[in-house]
Amino acid sequence: MDRSKTYFITNSIRIKNEKFLQKKETILSFDPEISFPQFLKDSYKKLELNYPKYHKMDSLCKLGILGASLLLKNQNFTEDTALVFSNRSSSHDIDLKHQRSMENIVSPAVFVYTLPNIVLGEISIKYKLQSENVFFIEDKFNPDLLVDYSEGLLNSGKATSVVCGWLELKNDEYDVLLCLVSNNGKIPFTKVNLEELYRFENE
Amino acid sequence: MSDLRTELKQSIIEQLNLEELSIEEIDNDDSLFGDGLGLDSIDALELIVLLEKDYGIKLTDPNQGKEIFISINKMAEYIESHRTK
Amino acid sequence: MDILLQEDSIISPLGFSTSENIKAIKAGVSGLHFHENSRFLNGGFYAGIVDKSLLAEHFSKIGDSSKFTKLEQMMLLSIQSVLNNNQLDLSETGLVISSTKGNVDLLGDSRNFSKDRASLISLAKIIQDFFGFKLQPIIVSNACVSGGLAVAIAKRFIQVGKFTDAIVVAGDLVTDFVTSGFQSFQALSATPCKPFSKNRDGISLGEAAAAILVSRRERKANNISLVGDATVNDANHISGPSRTGEGLYKSIQLALKEAKLAALEIDYLSAHGTATLFNDEMEAIAFNRAGLEHVPVNSFKGFYGHTLGASALIETILTKHSLLNNELYPSLNFEELGVSKPINIIDKLEKRELKIALKTASGFGGCNLAMILKKAF
Repeated sequence: MDRSKTYFITNSIRIKNEKFLQKKETILSFDPEISFPQFLKDSYKKLELNYPKYHKMDSLCKLGILGASLLLKNQNFTEDTALVFSNRSSSHDIDLKHQRSMENIVSPAVFVYTLPNIVLGEISIKYKLQSENVFFIEDKFNPDLLVDYSEGLLNSGKATSVVCGWLELKNDEYDVLLCLVSNNGKIPFTKVNLEELYRFENE
Repeated sequence: MSDLRTELKQSIIEQLNLEELSIEEIDNDDSLFGDGLGLDSIDALELIVLLEKDYGIKLTDPNQGKEIFISINKMAEYIESHRTK
Repeated sequence: MDILLQEDSIISPLGFSTSENIKAIKAGVSGLHFHENSRFLNGGFYAGIVDKSLLAEHFSKIGDSSKFTKLEQMMLLSIQSVLNNNQLDLSETGLVISSTKGNVDLLGDSRNFSKDRASLISLAKIIQDFFGFKLQPIIVSNACVSGGLAVAIAKRFIQVGKFTDAIVVAGDLVTDFVTSGFQSFQALSATPCKPFSKNRDGISLGEAAAAILVSRRERKANNISLVGDATVNDANHISGPSRTGEGLYKSIQLALKEAKLAALEIDYLSAHGTATLFNDEMEAIAFNRAGLEHVPVNSFKGFYGHTLGASALIETILTKHSLLNNELYPSLNFEELGVSKPINIIDKLEKRELKIALKTASGFGGCNLAMILKKAF
């Protein structure tokens, strides 16, 4: 195995409380009274995503696409950029939607999203990433797991950069932190730094 | 007759979440898949659901869809002769 | 550092241990039977379902079956059987759990359990507490590659020193939740599924649990090691397999690269083989691109159906025993080859010296997995 070296948090995006933060700076915010579906819709417009497929996605994928598009904008990354995602509630919201529909007619376009890793597929498609994917379910944001696993991928050459983070959604409450990890940057990719970026918007 | 076509366009836009498309932009002969509206395999399955829900038509063989979901005109023709509601 | 696949256990309609499962496979017994279900016009569907009362009977040896869901009982039993034969210090043993939907059936009728019990977090907590694992469980939910990916994850964490031993457990059920979804995809077969056959018409669902001890500590002679593993996303479509088999082909290449092996050295290939039109075709294309068209290949789905998050672990365990026993197991329900590229389907039980095997899996979200198993003796 290769000797481990230091990697950097090249960029990070936090989505919480109707706000988008890049590193620790608020770059976009909405009225706190805005409904979640409206927030997803308005964010798409504001960020000028111009990606009609977005409207077909479930909310978890929409959050992932919003986060990834800000995270990867103007960044250099190769097609072997790995995706290492985690959350607590898996695909909870869309699971409930599918469950409710079982009384009547089931929608394939809903059912297909009842797996948390579909968002990895959506991001891979949009950014043409043919890379390592994993979706972990954790009790709470767990920087140890993300750093250990991502470093393992980088050190063993399975990826040259990694998008890792937390993409949580339950009952329309969301909590997102995505980081681009590579050889470039100033903030070392450590558990402490990851934790700090996460805590920053949690008071 | 043209009402059914307009109704179909409206429900396709809603059902398949084609938010950035309006009824006026869909021509009755536009192909639904490929270069036309660019629908995919999940959309095809959703159209099967739409036929069942709105018109009481149950397709059991997914291959049947290929001959029906060609254009709005083709779909409307099929619905007119097979609808149970 | 050799990562060894050690003690294992499979709980399925074919039996309550790995040896019972292999005995059934050698006898050509399938776990797929007709089950009544009002969702279907013809009154039911073919699926591999674990008998509840038989399960409760087995479970009563280790716990009170009324306090645990069916899935929990299956997963706990599979772990217990691995722990029985090994002295492990559970204060430092990793626990990697794989499931796509866990106890999702509780979202509907939660019976005497709380609704929270439906979550994967709760499932993990129950497994952790039952045995007293001290390390935080690692849960992976990555569609139909999950069970195999969990083994790869255990290996990767052992390599970075997070732990020395890990129990990997996987399980999924045949629920109305999943059945209704696959039905809406028109993906369910009217007969027991027929992987790679000309007249295949979709999957059969199945339920099962399995567990395996993954470790770098050598406990006995004659081990099988995991020497290469890779996942690559197709970046093509979230439900339809890639027409070119791109992600699967690339994951095979990367797994071979890590193992420092060539395709020619593969003696046996355990495919995903779900029996949908597009999946099996995609696999045949990827295997041909990788130069594996002559390698004996099977799908175990004819025995088990598609056990979702458990399938790739069960099939990894069976692949391991193929190598140990020097046996190729037939691809059940195979008739006439129905893919556009030639592949070498195993149609009868055969004794043959085997050293290296490839296990592959693919799933929704465009994910693909390849793992290379090798005799370490």
